[in-house]
Amino acid sequence: MRVKVKGKPVALRGDEAVAEAMRQINPDVVAAYPITPQTEIVQTFGQFVANGQVDTEFVAVESEHASMSGCIGAAASGARAQTATSGPGLALMWEMLWVASGMRLPIVMHVVNRALSAPINITCDHNDSMGARDCGWVQLYAGTMQEAYDNAIQAVRIAEHPEVMLPVMSCMDGFILGHTFEPIEILPDETVKEFIGTYKPKHSLLDVEHPVTYGSVVFHECYYEYKRQQIAAMEKAADVVLQVGQEFGDLTGRYYGLIEGYELEDADFAIVAIGSIGGTIKKVINDLRGQGQKVGLLRLRCFRPFPAQEVAQALGNKRAVAVLDRSLSFGAQAHQLQMEVAYALLTHGPIPKMVNYVYGIGGRDLLPSEIEGVYRDLMEVAETGIVPPGVRYLSVRQ
Amino acid sequence: MQLKGWKDLAIGAVMLEPGSCLAYETGSWRTQRPILDLEKCAHCFICWIFCPESSIQVRGGKVTGIDLTYCKGCGICSAECPRQAIDMVMEATARKGAKDEG
Ligand code: SF4
Ligand code: SF4
Repeated sequence: MRVKVKGKPVALRGDEAVAEAMRQINPDVVAAYPITPQTEIVQTFGQFVANGQVDTEFVAVESEHASMSGCIGAAASGARAQTATSGPGLALMWEMLWVASGMRLPIVMHVVNRALSAPINITCDHNDSMGARDCGWVQLYAGTMQEAYDNAIQAVRIAEHPEVMLPVMSCMDGFILGHTFEPIEILPDETVKEFIGTYKPKHSLLDVEHPVTYGSVVFHECYYEYKRQQIAAMEKAADVVLQVGQEFGDLTGRYYGLIEGYELEDADFAIVAIGSIGGTIKKVINDLRGQGQKVGLLRLRCFRPFPAQEVAQALGNKRAVAVLDRSLSFGAQAHQLQMEVAYALLTHGPIPKMVNYVYGIGGRDLLPSEIEGVYRDLMEVAETGIVPPGVRYLSVRQ
Repeated sequence: MQLKGWKDLAIGAVMLEPGSCLAYETGSWRTQRPILDLEKCAHCFICWIFCPESSIQVRGGKVTGIDLTYCKGCGICSAECPRQAIDMVMEATARKGAKDEG
């Protein structure tokens, strides 16, 4: 077995760690909007550019719509293109998100999850990227800052895989991961360079010997076929996320899958969640396990493609499951993550009792005592066999 | 024409064949036709630069006419011409005139 590469532990903010990953990736082009709701990712990366630490062509554009457009043009020209955004900035990109995925351009975008206006908020929830979940982008969600750094690197390989060729959103929770410090193991520059390799685009607008057209008009005769291709690429992306996660683990000792289970296998009661809340839930699990309660966590790392089989396999034998959404789908029967989990269980069965919770909207804290309360609810559901109707909204004032 | 299935099309709707728009005759869109008066024309090429369909025909450094197979009748050439050498007329009128003359 090859010796694992040991990184350098440094205290960094999540944003800075991702900027550090971007420095090591050294993209050909970064087109980004440098003003709020932007985060320190672009600010820090901008310093690397100014210091000559990267070869990147940095384009400071006039809006987030333009930043995605810039990345699209660069990627269609065969460049490795990246950007970063957050909250309302991501919302402004919406139209161009479809263009990036529709043109099958392997752009990597670092997303720091923030709530959407109005009212103006800018702290963490997942409504920004959940609002973009149907745009044909692979979506990875980090649980820790280390994972945010590691995902940023793996995202390049996933996006550029010849059988995937889809843009990737590498997401992390705003403020909780983005703006706070943690010791993070930064890999040697050479290791990252070797891991991501060089990008050899199949087509390039700059290749005058082999001229191609990007962005042509395609009506009812063929449009549907191109969308069908994107569906297939997304299915393939699930295998590639696993492959790349395995390879990254062989290199660094940190293995990544589509989901992360914590004390999950023998658990009777499980919480399903996305993002940094996983850390708090693990703490509660440790406490409750200490009291002999069989509780566990399924943290989803990859939301698009949705790993239905893995989720169903992990949850099928539970007595009761709570799905924690940090995003809202107004008027829906349940919120985004719950809908996916429910359908995964419906199609892959068996189906445990499920309760949908919402938490953390607009940066609202979710306390360990409230998470414990969720597990207690699940125990009651299992005991009585009665699932309370409707969604439960945690820590909202009555 | 047999259309390709989703597994056979180049991904990303990338068109690999250069110049395929030759097969797309945008002249069929035209409701107004540019009529070029070569008496007034100074061959400044402004219309040639602006025409979105590359329909201004040129030979030997001079504007010679308009390619009506692709001219979509947008009128940009007429609007940009500093010598008012291009008039836009209704396509139906232009056709009728051509018929009457011929
Ligand atoms: S009308 Fe429009 S398309 Fe036709 S020649 Fe003039 S500029 Fe070109
Ligand atoms: S812009 Fe007018 S003057 Fe100039 S080349 Fe065209 S028709 Fe002639």
